[in-house]
Parts: sequence; C-alpha cells; structure tokens
Amino acid sequence: MTAKISYADVEVGTELPAQSFPLTRATLVRYAGASGDFNPIHWNEKFAKEVGLPDVIAHGMFTMAEAIRVVTDWTGDPGAVVEYGVRFTKPVVVPNDDKGAVIEVSGKVGAKLDDNKVRVDLTVTSAGQKVLGMSRAVVRLA
Amino acid sequence: MALDQSFVGRSYPPTAPYEVGREKIREFAEAVGDTNPVYTDAEAAKALGYPDVIAPPTFVFAVTFKAAGQVIEDPQLGLDYSRVVHGDQKFVYSRPVHAGDRLTVTSTIEGIKSLAGNDILDVRGEVHDEAGEHVVTAWIKLVARAAEEA
Repeated sequence: MTAKISYADVEVGTELPAQSFPLTRATLVRYAGASGDFNPIHWNEKFAKEVGLPDVIAHGMFTMAEAIRVVTDWTGDPGAVVEYGVRFTKPVVVPNDDKGAVIEVSGKVGAKLDDNKVRVDLTVTSAGQKVLGMSRAVVRLA
Repeated sequence: MALDQSFVGRSYPPTAPYEVGREKIREFAEAVGDTNPVYTDAEAAKALGYPDVIAPPTFVFAVTFKAAGQVIEDPQLGLDYSRVVHGDQKFVYSRPVHAGDRLTVTSTIEGIKSLAGNDILDVRGEVHDEAGEHVVTAWIKLVARAAEEA
C-alpha cells in the first residue's frame, strides 16, 4: 500500500478536496446490475410511491460508494482504507427528468490515530439535506 | 411482534466461496463512475503491491448481504423483510478484496433490539479468503419498522 498523502502533512481539520457526484435513473439501473440489488424502489416510480416514498430513491450503498471516493481519490490507494462506516439518514430522491440528483461530499481529518492512520469525517448531502450520518473512514497514510 | 432475544450470538454456517472476478470489479467501478486504474488495470494494482486488480471498498457488500440472507430469511427468526430498511453499514478491512479471491462469509447475529415498536437487527459478516485469512468484517444494521396496526 502506498498512499500519496503523508501522515506528517495532515492535521486535524485538514480538508479533503470536495466532490459532486451527479446521478440519474440510468445510473441507478446500472448500479442495480453491478451490485445485484434489484429492489424496485430504485427504478420503479409507481412501486416507490406505493410504499410511501416521494419518488425513486438511490441505493444507500450507491451513496456510500460515492462518498468514499473523496477519500480514495485523496490517498490514491483505495487499499489504504482500513475502516468505513455510515448511517443512512435520508434518501437521495432521483426524479425522472434530465437533471436527476447530485450527491455532494466533503471531508476533513477528524483525528490523527496511531500507526499513520487518520480518521476522516465525511459530510454527504443531496438537495441540501444530509443523506448520510456518522460517515467516517479510517485510512492509513504514507 | 418483537424478535426473539435468544437469537443474539447465533452464527450461521460459512457460505460457499464467492469468486471475485476482474470483470465484475470493472463493472462495479464503472457503475459508480470511479476511474481509478487499480480497479481495472492489473499492472497499476501490482505497482501498489497487490496481486491483481482490487475492488472498491464497498464492493464486498453484495457478498456479505447475500450471506446475511441466511439470517434475514431464517423462518425461526421471523423478520418481516417487507418492512426492513438499511440503517447503518460498516466495514473493517485487513486488506482490500482483489480479483481471484474466493471469499466465504460467516454471519452472526450481534444484536436484537426493540425500539418504539421497531425491530433492530445487527448482523456481523466475517469474510475470509481461501487460506482462511481475514479480509474484511461487515456490519449491517437492519430496521424493521413497526407494523401499521397491531
């Protein structure tokens, strides 16, 4: 493992480059196929509304996969991630229009740990709402 | 109806091996729009010290979630899956998953709680490779919302 960020170069509060991840219904269909999660709330508007959702929603695991990219793009080596956890607090609603939705992710170093590890605290929102809570990763830096 | 607390600590038999394929990793990386070459180019992965392309951190969820199906569908436990939402998800890695891994999962019920009529189920999935070495542990929290009428 060779993370491109050095432990000595970061401090508590160091910000990671923020990223925006746009998605549409087509993104969700593709993720359904790749992940094997074919729950109709992620592609069938009629079904989603029948179970009380405002519209089709993104897979929580899709949002989780996008959020960690802020960390893996920062370190360069995704294998440097030693721990990653989230709480699914609000759904990412994906309307059937030409815009879809956007997941906004920012992160900062929340703690420096032993063995060159740091804890990164992520903030993940869509349409101004926090969609993941307790979103934290531990990564081993160079 | 609240879930039976006596199921806490119950482990299920290890799953049959899931063989991680290069093209499955590529498909997943493309589906999340991630162009990091370590997911698709074996040489780029080897340059970082891995034996083959590695999988994005959440790739293994498909394997552990399928294994958790043993718990979710256990008729003795009696979870009403139609009311279940995914509450929390966590992974702790010993190393990244890579192409060629043959992974088995052992699922254990770590907790059962009842809160305001909701059933909360915590399942731990320990993932090992063919040599029996630990690769990753996945924790999933499932919340079965209270039925609308008793």
